[in-house]
Amino acid sequence: AGKSKVDDDVLDNLEEVLVSSDVGVNTTLKIIDRIEARVAQDKYLGTDELNKILREEIAGLLSEIDSGNATEFEIPENKKPYVIMVVGVNGVGKTTTIGKLAHQFKKAGKNVVLGAADTFRAAAIDQLQIWADRTDVTIVKQSMGSDPASVAFDTLQSAVTQNADVVIIDTAGRLHNKVNLMNELTKVKRVMQKVIPDAPHDVLLVLDGSTGQNAFEQAKQFTAATEVTSLAVTKLDGTAKGGVVIGISDQFQIPVKYIGVGEGVEDLQVFNKFEFVDSFFK
Amino acid sequence: MFDNLSDKLDKALHVLKGHGSITEVNVAETLKEVRRALLDADVNFKTAKEFTNTVKEKALGQNVLTTLQPGQLMVKLVKDELTELMGGETAGINLSGTPTVILMSGLQGSGKTTFSGKLANYLKTKKSKKPLLVACDIYRPAAINQLHVVGDQIGVEVYSEPENKNPVQIAQNAIEHAKQNGYNVVIVDTAGRLAIDEAMMTEIANVHQAINPHETLFVVDAMTGQDAVNTAKSFNERLNFEGVVLTKLDGDTRGGAAISIKSVVDKPIKFIGTGEKMDAIDVFHPARMADRILGM
Ligand SMILES: Nc1nc2c(ncn2[C@@H]2O[C@H](COP(=O)(O)OP(=O)(O)OP(=O)(O)O)[C@@H](O)[C@H]2O)c(=O)[nH]1
Ligand SMILES: Nc1nc2c(ncn2[C@@H]2O[C@H](COP(=O)(O)OP(=O)(O)OP(=O)(O)O)[C@@H](O)[C@H]2O)c(=O)[nH]1
Ligand SMILES: [K+]
Ligand SMILES: [Mg+2]
Ligand SMILES: [Mg+2]
Repeated sequence: AGKSKVDDDVLDNLEEVLVSSDVGVNTTLKIIDRIEARVAQDKYLGTDELNKILREEIAGLLSEIDSGNATEFEIPENKKPYVIMVVGVNGVGKTTTIGKLAHQFKKAGKNVVLGAADTFRAAAIDQLQIWADRTDVTIVKQSMGSDPASVAFDTLQSAVTQNADVVIIDTAGRLHNKVNLMNELTKVKRVMQKVIPDAPHDVLLVLDGSTGQNAFEQAKQFTAATEVTSLAVTKLDGTAKGGVVIGISDQFQIPVKYIGVGEGVEDLQVFNKFEFVDSFFK
Repeated sequence: MFDNLSDKLDKALHVLKGHGSITEVNVAETLKEVRRALLDADVNFKTAKEFTNTVKEKALGQNVLTTLQPGQLMVKLVKDELTELMGGETAGINLSGTPTVILMSGLQGSGKTTFSGKLANYLKTKKSKKPLLVACDIYRPAAINQLHVVGDQIGVEVYSEPENKNPVQIAQNAIEHAKQNGYNVVIVDTAGRLAIDEAMMTEIANVHQAINPHETLFVVDAMTGQDAVNTAKSFNERLNFEGVVLTKLDGDTRGGAAISIKSVVDKPIKFIGTGEKMDAIDVFHPARMADRILGM
């Protein structure tokens, strides 16, 4: 007869691993409860089985991308141009992620246009320009201090004229508790719809992998302002694990699409649940 | 999102009400809740454990000597302990050099370049200094440009050598330039780097060694989670920094990383960043931070 209960030591250890990976106490307890329930029911045995259940339970919390092949950088065929709006708090890696995405889409033979709608941060436009040059894609920009919605509008118009495949709009970093700045984002989105009624097709919220539980509030407020449709988690090339996205993905039903693993043009990967979970135990 | 820490403490301390004294049993129940609240505030797992152990010992030890109710005693203990952990007093900055050299360090996107500008502006306007900003980030696209824009905004000169790919040289040349031109503070902005990036950590250690700064500041995002301790420890091992800068406190994060960092490297948090604008800088007040973490 096998053990019908997981050891307390094993669970304590699991709790430490998950909390230390920024999964958060709530989600950690949820995962542990599920494991205990399954163990009670199925009478699993050793650590191997436990690891397997753990991976399954965590993967179960991570919302699925509902369409397409989740192992490649793909965009839906029927929307042209496909418009991606990138949002997030300050310094998380929005502009860099855009550069890397531009590179991937360009490599796949797509015609890419970037919109420099961060008109606030010092040299933000220059930074995006360098990424556009580096990846050999088109950029639409105005001067620093101009209206971000107007830049987004111009970008979409230009993309339509050029018959572009993908448009990626950079936005200024903003903390989610700043109401005016969040309203500005809603406006940028609305103005884009004057050019393409169902734009943006994807609102990508970028989360810094080293952020703790505050990421929940970020997801909540950005979703309220822009209806976030996917997540990217950056800076996972460091020792931070980014575990907070498990609870976020579960609670808001938003899939994680990409992870950032460096500052280079190739350092973006399509998210893989199992590799992600495994990284907690390394 | 989360109940704030003080709500949670109240809830937790509810357990204690009706008990006449703090016992092993009821203190354990309560501290479990305290620990959970700290974890929700992003205090490091191990730090939270140590913290609750310390509070427990103090609570049990003080029990008979106090006239406070157990609940009040616990709140006071937790708050005092937090404040003490974060340094008690406000720590100053050493400006004794001619020129004073200040080196920025930290992870990518933590706010180094912005803070370099804020500090220059603060020293210029509040301390009547003549600062020079130095662009030693040779990697990030438009990093040099960014510092120039910042410098223009505050009317502070920026020293850069766009063609030079050697940050050690750039920093040394800048200090020479400062000496020759009467600048009395030199603020060196550097590229963001991960603590596990050996080449980049060696680079900043080399800059540090070459210019021997009066103040090396570790700039960290207040929203940082559990990893804050690893990063702070690694940067401190390489740079033995003088102090910490906690940025983006204009957000709604509880900022538990402040406790973790302080407890792991035992260096004072000197400044906080409270916005994107150049005047959004403040000196760090440990007691206020304790209140913030506790939601008081
Ligand atoms: N190590 C590492 N660094 C990254 C990654 N993604 C971005 N960065 C770095 O993080 C810093 C900030 O990146 P940005 O792309 O400027 O971030 P942002 O969100 O656009 O910032 P703001 O526009 O100022 O809000 C830069 O130094 C990037 O090189 C990543 O996946 N790994
Ligand atoms: N809201 C807020 N934003 C801040 C604060 N400090 C910096 N920022 C923003 O955070 C982002 C990153 O700041 P930077 O100064 O570029 O950070 P950095 O550490 O120099 O970044 P790298 O050089 O890429 O490593 C920018 O959008 C800044 O405007 C702050 O205290 N509050
Ligand atoms: K990582
Ligand atoms: Mg940006
Ligand atoms: Mg910088």
